Amino acid sequence: MSLTGRFSSELLRVDPEKEAARICGRVRELMLSQVKRRGLVIGLSGGIDSSVTAALAVRALGRERVLGLEMPERHSADESVRLSGMLAASLGIATVREDISGILDAVGFYRRYDEAAQLVVPGYGAGWKSKIVTTDVMQHSGFTAFYLVAQAPDASIVRTRLPLKPYLEIVAATNFKQRIRKMLEYYHADRLHFGVAGTPNRLEYDQGFFVKLGDGAADIKPIAHLYKSQVYQLAEYLGIPEEIRKRKPTTDTYSLAQGQDEFYFSLPYDKMDLCLFGKNGGVPADRVASALGLEPEQVEMVFKDIDTKRETTRYLHLPPLLVDDIGWHDANGQKDTKNGGTPT
Amino acid sequence: MSLQEDIRTFIVDNFLFGEDGGLKDDSSFLAEGIVDSTGIMQLVSYIQEQHLIFVEDEELIPDNLDSIKKVTSFIEAKKMALAAGSGIPE
Repeated sequence: MSLTGRFSSELLRVDPEKEAARICGRVRELMLSQVKRRGLVIGLSGGIDSSVTAALAVRALGRERVLGLEMPERHSADESVRLSGMLAASLGIATVREDISGILDAVGFYRRYDEAAQLVVPGYGAGWKSKIVTTDVMQHSGFTAFYLVAQAPDASIVRTRLPLKPYLEIVAATNFKQRIRKMLEYYHADRLHFGVAGTPNRLEYDQGFFVKLGDGAADIKPIAHLYKSQVYQLAEYLGIPEEIRKRKPTTDTYSLAQGQDEFYFSLPYDKMDLCLFGKNGGVPADRVASALGLEPEQVEMVFKDIDTKRETTRYLHLPPLLVDDIGWHDANGQKDTKNGGTPT
Repeated sequence: MSLQEDIRTFIVDNFLFGEDGGLKDDSSFLAEGIVDSTGIMQLVSYIQEQHLIFVEDEELIPDNLDSIKKVTSFIEAKKMALAAGSGIPE
């Protein structure tokens, strides 16, 4: 891909047939040489990333070697299960549904969340819905602030800035969802002697938009190198149902519908893709800005935000750190120096 | 303890495990990687609770919060404005 010509989203176009074949070849190779399990479990959310990952896994390994896991809870959007069911039917894969509300209840998730929300919205509880939103990086050059947007049973909305304590409590409690889901994925993977496929796209992987030991955990991440708009290109080629391809990306994590660009990314995915791609290629902000219809100063802010997120989420990618390198040797006695010689 | 010393103590205790490592009063928290965005939230909570001021959304900017000196000046200015607004002499 040359970055010296006109800079536009066209540069993110892939040949979906070739790319799908390349990914599937690599998945087979990695499963045989390193994962050494006979299939893959994939948590299905009804979203584009898990759908494409599942479709690629089916192509790579065969549909009988892929298990789709649906893990709704009390706050999940109704359409999530309907769309994941539609996807599973179109791929012909087996699915298991595990409603995680009971586990979340047992670990006190709903109570902990409500108690944290009550610190800023007295009276928050049954019948309320909420989500966290963040400062608009494009409108504000200052530090990031987080707000709780809460909807009362009478549908009135309260928006309040979160001090550190309730913010951390809410995020920590909510992370139970991703970690419980991953625990169940590994339960099913173990009983079937399968591995677990993670579903992050490049934006999420690069910018640390995942929970450590939650959705960040996996044996293989087949689409982590693909920009989100490239995931959509593959989705069309792979025949992912149109309703899934047209669905707006959502976190499906909070009780009130939350777009990914409200909570984490500074721009909608297509623009965010081009900013990240431009930044990675050393393209000046003014060229990226003219391709996106933004001001160069705005793109500079996004570039800065990309760096900040990389820095603050770097630890999410790290294996446990050791005081001394004790090395890691393969079966031939050769020392593996990857990952600092630490098994991950 | 002066206001500046109070802020320094808070920063060193909370973000540097008690060792100031040559932290200067005008060292940029962000540029030197001392305080990240979550740390800024912690700092804001501290100065709101300890110094009884409210930090407005538009005041969450590096000019106000990115060094010991800037935080000190910001709190002093807020307190002066509060005193002037309420008629309470400093």
